Amino acid sequence: MIEDLAPVPDEVTHEWWEATRESRLLLQECNGCKHVQHYPRVMCVSCGGFDLAWITCNGRGVVDSFTVVHRAPHPDLETPYMIARIRLDDGPTLVSRIVDSDETELACEARVSLDWQEISGGYRLPVFRIEQ
Amino acid sequence: MTSSAIVGVAESDLGVTNKSILALQAQAIIRALSDAGLSLADVDGIATSGVSRFSATQVADYLGIQPAWSDSTFAGGSAYEMYVARAAQAIQAGQASVVVVSFASNQRSAKSRRLGGVVESHTPEAQFETPYGPLYPISYYAMAAQRYMHDHGATPADLAQVAVLAREWALMNPNAYRYGSVPLTVDDVLNSTMVSSPLTASDCCLVTDGGGAVVITSLERARDLRKDPIRILGYGEATTNTSMSQAPLLPTGARESGERAFAAAGLSPADVDVIEVYDSFTITVLLSLEALGFCAPGEAASFVASADARLGGRQPLNTSGGGLSYCHPGQYGVLLLVEAVRQLRGEAGDRQVDNPSIALAHGTGGILSTHATVLLGVDR
Repeated sequence: MIEDLAPVPDEVTHEWWEATRESRLLLQECNGCKHVQHYPRVMCVSCGGFDLAWITCNGRGVVDSFTVVHRAPHPDLETPYMIARIRLDDGPTLVSRIVDSDETELACEARVSLDWQEISGGYRLPVFRIEQ
Repeated sequence: MTSSAIVGVAESDLGVTNKSILALQAQAIIRALSDAGLSLADVDGIATSGVSRFSATQVADYLGIQPAWSDSTFAGGSAYEMYVARAAQAIQAGQASVVVVSFASNQRSAKSRRLGGVVESHTPEAQFETPYGPLYPISYYAMAAQRYMHDHGATPADLAQVAVLAREWALMNPNAYRYGSVPLTVDDVLNSTMVSSPLTASDCCLVTDGGGAVVITSLERARDLRKDPIRILGYGEATTNTSMSQAPLLPTGARESGERAFAAAGLSPADVDVIEVYDSFTITVLLSLEALGFCAPGEAASFVASADARLGGRQPLNTSGGGLSYCHPGQYGVLLLVEAVRQLRGEAGDRQVDNPSIALAHGTGGILSTHATVLLGVDR
């Protein structure tokens, strides 16, 4: 992991990052209106409620879109690598990497499942692989 | 319809200037005031960003004026279209009488541009997107392009048409960075260095120095000034996202922005004689043309490739050569306004569109984050 790109958790996101140590991808569910959201926030974007619970995502979803990066933003990053926007079956959308997959398999609407990459501080970064 | 008008426009030096941001700002502002037949003493409103934390205050200080009204809304490249709206409102409300909207950057001379963009560690994007190593903003527009191609069966060659057209216009614009170069072909764009697929280096805007300024006053006062007034007919804007995870990719916020502007002006896309839309990347133009209602979904590339978008065509598009081939100082929005005004005044030289009455300038900021539309018209 490149230190310049490392996350700096805050009081709202602390628990989310801690769960990554155990390879659990958390989402927030509103106890008031049951809306599920990511990234973690202090309130529900659907109803404005502050009563939010953590739920564990099953890690399944589809590629909403993707790009293969050929010029890295940091000298220590090896190119090419695949970045994707993932639509989780649980609802929310997130930006991630596609790993251990052939670039030719990469397509919008391809099904993906969750994997993990170790980063600094013992945290792990949720990444995805194309389902065979 | 507003009761304000643009009365002066100018560019600063463009390209590689080796000048400071404030020197370029001052150049653009003084030149625009001179174009209007006004002086610094007439200015009581300043709208700008991209200078420092206190951008409008900083520029006012540098110019030696103490304005009655200022705005430094930070919205990236669309801010300048937003400033036109806010300036018209401030003038209507009697808060200011002469407003200068300006921007300048020395990003090429200063080598201040970074492929990863500016990361602010306290933002959600820094925690949940930056660790994956996206280029900012290129990878985000690349993902929008990939989705656009998927939804509409479009190809990278369709994107390339935008860059080809931009080069054609730039070859007619002596102020363009690519003036005096050679025409670009679709194959040139496709064979250019891949940066973040499907976007090659030729799908990406230039990185240059440059800036511009626009002077706005009441229509009543405008009619007594040096040049024919260019009326501000309507405006609209939309703010959609800072992160990619929350972005509504298709259609973009340009749809709401455009609908609001056309409704305010009582016009429709078919009424527009010359179109100036932000071309940070080739895909930006296709997305904006469709969202603004100039083309049906999936049909923008065929419009861009046609004679309709060219000199002598039905709706000439990005007549300066755009951010792709004319100038892209980081926030290009102010230069869209400068070109729209020059076309409406008939001052565009070899690239002059035949007697246009209505022009549209549409800015885009961030990663399709902010959208702002201004409709301008001759005073007849």
